[in-house]
Amino acid sequence: MKLLTAVVQQSRVEEVRAALVSLGVRGMTIAEVRGCGRQQGHTEIYRGAEYTVDVVDKTRIDVLVDDAEIDEVVRAVVSAARSGNVGDGKVWVTPVDSVVRVRTGETDERAV
Amino acid sequence: MNSGDTAWVLVCAALVMLMTPGLALFYGGMVRARGVLNMLMMSLASLGLVGVLWVLYGYSTAFGTDVGGVGLLGSPTEFFGMSRLVGADALSDTIPTFAFAAFQAMFAILTVALISGAVADRARFGPWVLFAGLWATLVYFPVAHWVFAFDETNAAGEVTAVGGWIANRVAAIDFAGGTAVHINAGAAALALVLVLGPRTGWPRETGKPHNLPLVVLGAGLLWFGWFGFNAGSALSAGDTAAVVFLNTLVGASAAMLAWLLVERLRHGRPTTLGAASGIVAGLVAITPACSAVTPLGAVAIGLVAGACCALAVELKYRLRYDDSLDVVGVHLVGGLVGTLLVGFFASESAPEGVAGLFYGGGVDQLWRQTVGAVAVLAYSLVLSWFLAWVLQRTIGFRIDSRGEHAGIDETEHAETGYHFADVGSTLRRPATEERGSTDALEGSFR
Repeated sequence: MKLLTAVVQQSRVEEVRAALVSLGVRGMTIAEVRGCGRQQGHTEIYRGAEYTVDVVDKTRIDVLVDDAEIDEVVRAVVSAARSGNVGDGKVWVTPVDSVVRVRTGETDERAV
Repeated sequence: MNSGDTAWVLVCAALVMLMTPGLALFYGGMVRARGVLNMLMMSLASLGLVGVLWVLYGYSTAFGTDVGGVGLLGSPTEFFGMSRLVGADALSDTIPTFAFAAFQAMFAILTVALISGAVADRARFGPWVLFAGLWATLVYFPVAHWVFAFDETNAAGEVTAVGGWIANRVAAIDFAGGTAVHINAGAAALALVLVLGPRTGWPRETGKPHNLPLVVLGAGLLWFGWFGFNAGSALSAGDTAAVVFLNTLVGASAAMLAWLLVERLRHGRPTTLGAASGIVAGLVAITPACSAVTPLGAVAIGLVAGACCALAVELKYRLRYDDSLDVVGVHLVGGLVGTLLVGFFASESAPEGVAGLFYGGGVDQLWRQTVGAVAVLAYSLVLSWFLAWVLQRTIGFRIDSRGEHAGIDETEHAETGYHFADVGSTLRRPATEERGSTDALEGSFR
């Protein structure tokens, strides 16, 4: 079992979600997050006082995937998230020890 | 002069002024969060620019002596800078000309601001301000002359000063601006949308209204101010103002009910946005009609307007034009409904004293209403399209895709509307430091 985490441009979330659904992924967690990477932040001005905002808005998608399918899912997410601009985000995969579905108590593959 | 009338018109002018910030909130709540400030700013810009233009030559263009006696344009220079205005208004005689000029200033400001709802999230601010000034000058001021400038007559009934052609030659009834304000702004909105094109990703990815309570607050302020807009147009505190006041209440009430009913039948749920939109649709439609119909007539006009506008706002998805906040669907359609229905529902027992088709008056008033509506629609649509097209071709009207992607508030105004957690945000340079001194804080603040 793997945990795929994708931090992507807000405007690409719909494409990523659609790509995951088309591969049969039914559950995911989506959060609005802020962070910094290579993409520049921006400047805001309030009554002449200038603020630098060094973090940018992104969307983070977490999804649990079977070991056998993880490569295909990563490829799909990356291609759906890519706009070609700086700030397209990152995708990473981490191993997961165990998963339990809360309602039924089912574990691991059957819980996903 | 009459102190009661003067007090009423001055209070009404203040009420109408409040409509523009109210409109800003009404519109601001309907856009996505990262465009709310630009939406507010487009209305505020009108309060600034059109207010000044009104004093310079706007009032004179609308209400100065007719150029050539054909009812198309007042002399822009006659009252330039509002000189020579002290004294009683020539038409009403009971209020100062300055009270009338202040009251009408608010109409010009609001009408320009109304247009902005159509171009959410994609109009550069500078070109918008330029458009607002050009549009006020070439479209609103002349059209206000057509519709709001009445002939001056002497005791013998002879015309001593010619007014606008729609108000006098056509004799269309437009009490407070169904044509001059709402059809005018709605047609301009359509023209702007056609030139600027849809928002990127419209309609799938352009977002839902980000703050409906703000929309309801704005609708409430609009309704409140609208009593000044309509009942103040009586220019006296008397019978006409009272009837108009009640019609303004009940026209909006009926339209809200009708809009909610349409929603309930077509989509299953009555919505908050529908209620707020229904209120505005009813207010738009009763604006031209409020002096010409009975309270029951106002209910009928409200019901028709609420239902028509509720259906009209769905057209943009079928015809594929991104009228972002439904300026066309509410103001153009609502303005047409109200203006034309005068021809049906006008009653001789109302202050205007004209009978429409349903009250035995035949089609006489209906064709007059039609001529007025079509003339303003066509003029505004063509001129607005041309102005927007020229601005787009010369200095560029639409923001670039990077700016649209980042959000227009950040791109055009360097602000964001909401800060719930100030993560990653630091003051780089206080207001007193020169731009360009990147290490300003190092020296003076640490």
